[in-house]
Amino acid sequence: MTTQVNMNRINQKLKEDKKLLSIYFSAGYPNLNDTVSIIENLEKSDIDMIEIGLPFSDPLADGPTIQASSTQALKNGMTTDILFSQLKDIRKTVSIPLIIMGYFNPILQYGVEAFCKKCQEIGIDGLIIPDLPVDVYNEQYKSIFQKYGLINVFLITPQTSMERIRFIDSISEGFIYMVSSASVTGGRSGFGDEQTSYFKRIADMNLKNPQIVGFGISTNETFKQATQYAKGAIIGSAFIKHLDKNRLSKISEFTTSILN
Amino acid sequence: MTYNINDEGYYGEFGGAYIPEMLYPNVEELRQNYLKIMAEPSFKEEFDQLLKDYVGRPSPLYFAKRLSEKYTTKIYLKREDLNHTGAHKVNNTIGQILMAKRLGKTRIIAETGAGQHGVATATVCALMGIKCIVYMGEIDITRQAPNVARMKMLGAEVRPALSGSRTLKDATNEAIRDWINNPVDTHYIIGSVVGPHPYPDMVARFQAIVSKEIQWQLKDKEGTTKPNYVIACVGGGSNAAGAYYHYLDDTDVKLIAVEAAGKGIHSGESAATSVLGREGIIHGSKTLLMQTNDGQITEPYSISAGLDYPGVGPMHAHLYKSGRAEFISITDDQAMTAGLELSQLEGIIPAIESSHAFAVFEQKTFKPDDIVVINLSGRGDKDLQNYIEHFKL
Ligand SMILES: Cc1ncc(COP(=O)(O)O)c(C=O)c1O
Repeated sequence: MTTQVNMNRINQKLKEDKKLLSIYFSAGYPNLNDTVSIIENLEKSDIDMIEIGLPFSDPLADGPTIQASSTQALKNGMTTDILFSQLKDIRKTVSIPLIIMGYFNPILQYGVEAFCKKCQEIGIDGLIIPDLPVDVYNEQYKSIFQKYGLINVFLITPQTSMERIRFIDSISEGFIYMVSSASVTGGRSGFGDEQTSYFKRIADMNLKNPQIVGFGISTNETFKQATQYAKGAIIGSAFIKHLDKNRLSKISEFTTSILN
Repeated sequence: MTYNINDEGYYGEFGGAYIPEMLYPNVEELRQNYLKIMAEPSFKEEFDQLLKDYVGRPSPLYFAKRLSEKYTTKIYLKREDLNHTGAHKVNNTIGQILMAKRLGKTRIIAETGAGQHGVATATVCALMGIKCIVYMGEIDITRQAPNVARMKMLGAEVRPALSGSRTLKDATNEAIRDWINNPVDTHYIIGSVVGPHPYPDMVARFQAIVSKEIQWQLKDKEGTTKPNYVIACVGGGSNAAGAYYHYLDDTDVKLIAVEAAGKGIHSGESAATSVLGREGIIHGSKTLLMQTNDGQITEPYSISAGLDYPGVGPMHAHLYKSGRAEFISITDDQAMTAGLELSQLEGIIPAIESSHAFAVFEQKTFKPDDIVVINLSGRGDKDLQNYIEHFKL
């Protein structure tokens, strides 16, 4: 039963006839216990999905902003156990899809099955683990993720071959995370022709899974460019910079500026 | 039983390529091509020629008479310190720059700890006229200043890594991020047997020249290709991998790996990965690494910048776990003392990394007729300031 409900939050959301905005933040930042409050504020601000970043000491795919927020979150004392305990009642107040995004080592140390089980108990809908390779997932972990009703989201980039995109599409069950350009997070300001033609090229592939664009989206303009062809967009670094400045007080101002 | 890599890129349970999708095309391109390219006659010819005429190989296998007398056993030193640029690192950078050229890459990035790998990379880039950027932890830039100057002299750009412990681990993170940002024109020359498959295997193969030479050199001197022991220090493990390579599956030859215990294994300031590490993922490889219960990578410490790394290559994780190699750990003080001893008994000032291997005699005794080969991975010029401060010379 739970499996059905979990599957549905992401898939249900993807069926809505609108462009989706998903927001990423590093759990434990700015303060250790801001997690629930940020999530509740984001839901009230009319966004569609939330990626809760499980901080890691060595975030290879992240630029300076998310590196700094992860480092600070760890300094604040964030751990996997603490995150789970903060989230334990989150489904009493929040109903939009929640995804945990984290690097593989902390999940491996927690125990992949124990981690997935905990996610299901809490009501997490999916995971994004950038350094868990597609083939390893397929051979070793897929059945565990499925057992606990978790959607694993895979990334593609402008360098990913058509053949590999088709393969990733075939094993994806929610959406495909489309990395906007060859870059770590927070890398770019504004998209050029190169990105637009990449977005279009992917749209023209008519994949079975919708695509959500991430990396380098920071404004209303980049959100529009990203979602011209794709189903939605994910904002991370720009939101964290907003938190740097405004703490938790003006979250809806930020989301309004993106969606207006 | 083989202790070498299998077709899937694992040594036993260790290895693999745990990389974000952004790196997949680069790493996959390398994986599909490295063995093919290394097998091309023109590659072999160019590699061998450069090792001979440019690096100065073969490096001597030197019988250390006074050291042998002191410890009543037969000690041979593999003189990687006499290579051009002063360490074993150049064997790998020569191989990888030729690989990069054949893959059509026009920009090289590297990470460095002690600066030896950075210098060796800057050197081959100068040799080939290819742009070179070296990431180096801010702390290491200070403690290995002579090598920073060398890299600049050679035309490389040295970029400080400012995150984390600002040492080798963080320089590696920055190099990986650079590669994500520059996926098409850039080749990443990793400096040790670490990183995602195929790097550990490729680097081990380029360093394998060390044990290949030991085999025939020992045959000349002792009438056997097999020493009783091969001993090397392990940071990431490339000089050890090279010294072990042709003996991996010959269990008559005992392997000893020497790690840096820093201020003491349990002092909280150590880099003794085999003792303090657990299985996990670092820099794209499943291996042993120092980490918290929560899977955060721990900041290591050693006086030696080249050993100041919280992991070991997957080959070494497997050699440790299977018991094929014996791992010992040596403190800063023990290493420094062994470095001074080698200087004064043999007239050879070793790199502090290599000094760790010479401190083996603190912990182990050998039989008078044992043949003990120690890989003298590098020379101590870069470390003079540290030695001077340590011994108040
Ligand atoms: C002289 C020397 N020996 C050893 C090392 C450690 O590296 P590895 O364990 O890869 O041989 C270094 C690294 O910088 C070095 O410069």
